[in-house]
Amino acid sequence: MSSEHGPLVIKQLDYTGAERLTMNMGPQHPSAHGVFRAILTLEGETVVGVDAVIGYLHRCHEKLAETLAYVQYPSIASKTDYVAAMSSELAYVMAAERLAKIDVPKRAQYLRVLVGELQRVASHCLWLGTWCMDMGGALGGGATVFLYCIRERELVLDLFESLTGARLLYGFHQVGGVRYDMPEHWATECRSTVDLIEKRLLEYEEMLEGNAFFMMRTKGVGVISRELALDVGISGPLLRASGVNCDLRRLAPYSSYEDFEFRVPVETSGDCYARYKVRMVEFRESIKIVRQILDGLPEGPISSRPGVKAVAQVRVPKGEMYARVEGPRGEVGCYLVGDGGPRPYRMKWRGASFSNLAVLPHIIPGHSVADVVAIMGSVDPVFGEVDR
Amino acid sequence: MKRPVPVVPAPVWKDIKDLQEWQEHHKSRPETGDKHSSLFESLTDGIHRFPGGFVVTTPADAFLNWARKSSVWPVSFGLACCAIEMMATFASRFDVERLGMVPWASPRHSDLMIVSGTVTIKMAPMLLRIYDQMPDPKWAVSMGSCANSGGPFRHGYHVVKGVDRVIPVDVYVPGCPPPPESLLNGLLLLQDQISHFRRTGQRAAPSPKVD
Amino acid sequence: MDAIQARARLAENPDAVVTGEGAAIVVTVPAAQWAELASFAKEGLGCTFFSFLSAVDWKEDGLEVVAWMDNLDAPFSLLMKTRLGTGVTTCASLALTYRGAGWMEREAFDMFGIVFEGHPDLRRILLDDDWVGHPLLKSYAVDTPYPPYR
Repeated sequence: MSSEHGPLVIKQLDYTGAERLTMNMGPQHPSAHGVFRAILTLEGETVVGVDAVIGYLHRCHEKLAETLAYVQYPSIASKTDYVAAMSSELAYVMAAERLAKIDVPKRAQYLRVLVGELQRVASHCLWLGTWCMDMGGALGGGATVFLYCIRERELVLDLFESLTGARLLYGFHQVGGVRYDMPEHWATECRSTVDLIEKRLLEYEEMLEGNAFFMMRTKGVGVISRELALDVGISGPLLRASGVNCDLRRLAPYSSYEDFEFRVPVETSGDCYARYKVRMVEFRESIKIVRQILDGLPEGPISSRPGVKAVAQVRVPKGEMYARVEGPRGEVGCYLVGDGGPRPYRMKWRGASFSNLAVLPHIIPGHSVADVVAIMGSVDPVFGEVDR
Repeated sequence: MKRPVPVVPAPVWKDIKDLQEWQEHHKSRPETGDKHSSLFESLTDGIHRFPGGFVVTTPADAFLNWARKSSVWPVSFGLACCAIEMMATFASRFDVERLGMVPWASPRHSDLMIVSGTVTIKMAPMLLRIYDQMPDPKWAVSMGSCANSGGPFRHGYHVVKGVDRVIPVDVYVPGCPPPPESLLNGLLLLQDQISHFRRTGQRAAPSPKVD
Repeated sequence: MDAIQARARLAENPDAVVTGEGAAIVVTVPAAQWAELASFAKEGLGCTFFSFLSAVDWKEDGLEVVAWMDNLDAPFSLLMKTRLGTGVTTCASLALTYRGAGWMEREAFDMFGIVFEGHPDLRRILLDDDWVGHPLLKSYAVDTPYPPYR
């Protein structure tokens, strides 16, 4: 199905007399997930085919990376997965460090894990809020969960603001370590924030699981089989909800994750409800990790390239490296080819949402139009990562 | 036997080669300078002919502008990272509903388009289409450095260097992304602009861009 | 099947060059054996998780296609590489072996102009269908203007 169907509605009648409607779910729609266009072929209310058109946010990241130095690019890398900027920056910075064989001090590694897990909490808050708003409608009941979750997210963003100065896109990671250290009393603020969030999670679960409509709209909807999940390369909560025990923090531990104790939730049903359950457990596990770090944060430097060296050129030798990070959406990876200079020769960004979205044409046919919204929300795409 | 497929004409915007032709196509629409209807224009001109006629029109203007600025409905047009900050502005901490702004999905019922995020070449015709679907009087706020000038991606091949190359913009909000406080500041500036609507006359046309 | 056995099985192929350390195996094969290597990785080595597929432009030396897949049980990862040769822009498609390669190959076609033979639906994915040029080639400037947006 070519993309010239555009915003028009074209009806075709085939020999059985069944009516197929091609409908555009255009790049601007209130589902609030960003610029995504799905050309749906409908038979009545059932979707029989979907053509996903992406690229409306293609901002030339990979080409720009070839023109920017290793010290300049991390703040641009945060704009790929802009909801979870900490894990995006980390992937690039880790690839450069591994290729250039630069060590990262222990305190910096712990701080990276700390912000990564706090970022996971904030990102899942936004996911829950927007997903429920999509299913409930902005002026209907959906805004309730949205406003509650944004309220929690604001608390975490306040922590980030006092740490880095920015709310959404930080520029916190740099090659060799991190840029900012924890200010005074930040640890106590952090502890009280995560305590509060943990209490409020119970409220959300009660609210949602006691709601018959939520259960009807998510159970059995958008089932991704284990085999499809592995073949397409989806990752993160989607993969774990389909029965695959794969968490990069356990599979290929980076940045001292092996020092922490946490559970990896795995569900087998593969539907939207399973993805919801996996993410709700991830909230709690992230809070557990945050507490472990705050109890045992080592002293020391926050970067192996401190002071003036932080902005000095990093020359990365010839070679290639693929560094992967477990972001809130899945495997965020950066494949870097160095050529001995201060700029990469080639940088390929493996965005988690790109592979996650690739599963949509396989699972959506057979569902109704209303389910498309529920499935898209549970897949949780961020289009900065998809289109780069 | 197959019933004949109805021949539907292709959408007009695909026939048009470039932005300049599209703007020519739109010049055929009658557009008064002040975006008031021509009936209103002739009415106010008639009142002004009487000595002291401005005593009637100034409070009428003030009332209409107060009504317009207190109920600006933005069409939710979130493109990228700035959309997350826009959503945070619409949420309860930095409430915009106290300013009368209800984010509305349909452009046919909105007054304001907050372009939040990078405009790419693939997205620009869609953006123009949505802007055209909004009825007059309408305003546009360019949020974030990507919408102002292309931002950090200015040198990219697929990025439009600023949304003002596509639609006329009233308020530019700088930042990457602008925190909700900045966006609220921009929206208050917009309300100020709206309150001076008649007195400042025609909105300045976008100046020809020189690279 | 663990990493050491996988290395041994890969090294049985005389045309393959196996490098990399530990659980990160890197294997380079000639372009003619690309699809065969992929099906061997999936069935023979148990690499069922497909991560990504992309390309690198080495200017005069031609294009290189790389793909990464993981065996989650062992665990080990496999980076497959192949040089297409100077001036060659066709490559066998992995889309029928690994479904995830579908979109990845469309992106490589979009960005590099590599035509994947056997791909069920090869068209541009990120750029407009009528875009001229393949941006990630080294001959394409990052700020190439595109009328009318200059």
